[in-house]
Amino acid sequence: MENNVVLSMKDISKIFPGVKALQHVDFKLRKGEIHALMGENGAGKSTLIKVLTGVHALDGGEIRMEGFEEAIINKSPQDAQNHGISTVYQEVNLCPNLTVAENLFIGREPKKLGFIDWRLMNRKATELLRDLDIDAGATDKLEECSLAKQQMIAIARAVDMKCQVLILDEPTSSLDDEEVEKLFVLMRRLKKEGVGIIFVTHFLEQVYAVCDRITVLRNGELVGEYEIADLPRVELVAKMMGKDFDDLADIKSAHKALDKFEPIVEANGLGRKGSIRPFDFTVNKGEVVGLTGLLGSGRSELVRAIYGADKPDSGELLVKGKTVKINAPIDAMKLGMAYLPEDRKKDGILADLSVRENIIIALQAKKGMFHPMSRKEMEEAADKYIEMLQIKTASRETPIKSLSGGNQQKVIIGRWLLTNPDYLILDEPTRGIDIGTKTEIQKLVLDLADQGMAVTFISSEVEEMLRTCSRMGVLRDGKKVGEITGEDLSQEGIMKAIAGGGSDE
Amino acid sequence: MSNRKKAYTTTKSGHGIRQITSMRLFLPIVCLLAVLLVNVITTPNFFVISMSGNGVLSGYIVDVVNRASELVILAVGMTLVTAASGGQDISVGAVMAVAAAVCCQILSGGEVSVNSLANPIILGIVAAILASALCGAFNGFLVAKLNIQPMVATLILFTAGRGIAQLVTNGQITYIRVGSYQVMGGYIGKCPIPTPIFIAIAVVIIVSLILKKTALGLYIESVGINGTASRLVGLNSTMIKFLTYVICGVMAGIAGVVASSRIYSADANNIGLNLEMDAILAVALGGNVLGGGKFSLMGSVIGAYTIQALTTTLYAMSVKGDQLPVYKAIVVIIIVIIQSPVFKQFLANRKAKQASVVKGGN
Repeated sequence: MENNVVLSMKDISKIFPGVKALQHVDFKLRKGEIHALMGENGAGKSTLIKVLTGVHALDGGEIRMEGFEEAIINKSPQDAQNHGISTVYQEVNLCPNLTVAENLFIGREPKKLGFIDWRLMNRKATELLRDLDIDAGATDKLEECSLAKQQMIAIARAVDMKCQVLILDEPTSSLDDEEVEKLFVLMRRLKKEGVGIIFVTHFLEQVYAVCDRITVLRNGELVGEYEIADLPRVELVAKMMGKDFDDLADIKSAHKALDKFEPIVEANGLGRKGSIRPFDFTVNKGEVVGLTGLLGSGRSELVRAIYGADKPDSGELLVKGKTVKINAPIDAMKLGMAYLPEDRKKDGILADLSVRENIIIALQAKKGMFHPMSRKEMEEAADKYIEMLQIKTASRETPIKSLSGGNQQKVIIGRWLLTNPDYLILDEPTRGIDIGTKTEIQKLVLDLADQGMAVTFISSEVEEMLRTCSRMGVLRDGKKVGEITGEDLSQEGIMKAIAGGGSDE
Repeated sequence: MSNRKKAYTTTKSGHGIRQITSMRLFLPIVCLLAVLLVNVITTPNFFVISMSGNGVLSGYIVDVVNRASELVILAVGMTLVTAASGGQDISVGAVMAVAAAVCCQILSGGEVSVNSLANPIILGIVAAILASALCGAFNGFLVAKLNIQPMVATLILFTAGRGIAQLVTNGQITYIRVGSYQVMGGYIGKCPIPTPIFIAIAVVIIVSLILKKTALGLYIESVGINGTASRLVGLNSTMIKFLTYVICGVMAGIAGVVASSRIYSADANNIGLNLEMDAILAVALGGNVLGGGKFSLMGSVIGAYTIQALTTTLYAMSVKGDQLPVYKAIVVIIIVIIQSPVFKQFLANRKAKQASVVKGGN
């Protein structure tokens, strides 16, 4: 084994039915380093971690650990732990009803004559907590500790089990700034003691604050391993998204400029604790405004707060100049809003219902229970949008679940167009859809805007946004950090804005 | 009604048979027919309807339809609860007892046994239905608002319901020995057909009409299929689930009054005993998915009649009452297996294999 390398994974492959989750990925972790594992959702980060910790069996490749002659095979997280690999997950995997000491030593309690030696256990726990500078009592109930403390206790448990490799899987996503800083102090300490730490996160700022190296994955393949100093943020974003600057030809949208600004929706300081920080956001009549940022940056959370899918807890919302109160999506719908959710399967389709029922359901909900649409009205509405959006379905009575993804999405779009909205929110309307349908949807969005609809368009594909949007809000780490207009509306401008870096704020 | 539907599909297209077999109600109907067919063989006089001495219809088949009434009414409520919440209300049997107790207590004016009414019958019935609606609302609140699993939430009234009924009647069996109170479980004037049959049919028709004439049916299916998506299209999932539990409670109340009228008393320990399980079974036999979503009210109704036909059949074959559950269980297992997706898949595979063999031969 190379000097200093504590863990090396070579040529790792993992295949799930129909998906190559990992293909020939190499990963190396050195002693006393904090190594970020980066990539967008579906890049293979969690699969790599799960293969390493024995949750999934690997289909190819080998894992070597320092101190073991042979390649190691982890069949379960227990095996991994015995090999010196510990994991702390986003949701703390401890028992909230037990004390801190019990949690630290559960499954390996110090025993005397076959009974648990409580005094020794509590003493050892106190020492461990003091050693790691964690401000918690050994006999405190775990549920009385803050989430950050619980996370640190989970780490303490891992450290005390003499782990050489510590995996932190999105540990910071539910912590506030101060708590994150405390966690970093602990991470740096462990690093000094020679523990190799794998840090999985989607917060760019945090990567640059605490990590030494970055490994980037994309679509289950290794993009590369980089020293933090050699990889500026913009390039990291480009690598994660799979774009190189040089190949990017800028596409300017041919969308006509607005001659007058008539705000449909205005958010002032709207926000929701734990999901999106207070933001200002305006969309005008006939305008397509994009929202950009990495996945998990708060794009969806922002529109969900406007639509009332998640009730905001601060700020105010104006619709056509009037302050409004939105308690639930139905209120937003009555104000002329429509929202196509990001996760079509989970939040969009009503799988067992027919295409017809899926199209009319929003309008029917808006009309209310006692004003049912007649069969004829429903059929006319369904036929109109099947025709207009060219939905490929055997009949209007076919269950939506038997349609392809793209056609399902068209049904959902039809559902909202039928409600005749003034403001249409499209969250990733083209994800997982073939290229032809994508173009159709983009064209439709522009047409709708020309007819006077206000649209917010969210997409992970920058080209698509450039083609459709005349203005773009930029989000990073759950916060709206700026807007891009005019000249800056280019691939490079967007990536720079997404990556941030302090200077532009 | 089911026969008419069948005929309609046959004439509509050449592939009549395949269309019939793929219909939702096909299997439930086949199961009912199968149970009835057994009777033709074993109990030849099963289908004989005669006019008995006191001027009412009698015979096994009349008995089946009559006795099934409470179950049919319960199955209607259970279907809606199942569709909207993906769970079942196991308290309906106990709620029947509560309704019966409230009704009888009001009519008796607190006495243990009366020969004249203390209050008008309609008052007793309305109070009984209100009480059961309240029970339904309690269940609905736990399930829809507090997100407690339906089985657990309704377990509370399942356990406590009969106790509440005892409390209402002061631990006595309250008898209402008045002819007019026995109408609901007996006969209207000189009409030879038992009243419960009319009540069950009326309930089914009214609920079907409500589902048809309002958007409630569609709302219930949407919420049952995907609660989050339903909320995002503007439906109040909580309210809709809650409503189905209230309806289910009302149904239990009606069934409770009918059952009480049959025995002109409120027997808190026995009214509706174990009926919740039969009601759930009726929903399942009707081809409804117990996990919620799309539902067929008619399916559940057919399921309810199937169960009662089965019980009566076994009695007709002189199976002893205490052995009845064993035979019932065996038949139920067969019916449920026939309707299971795995079995359907198995049949489909076999068909496909046979088809390919034939093709190969040519």
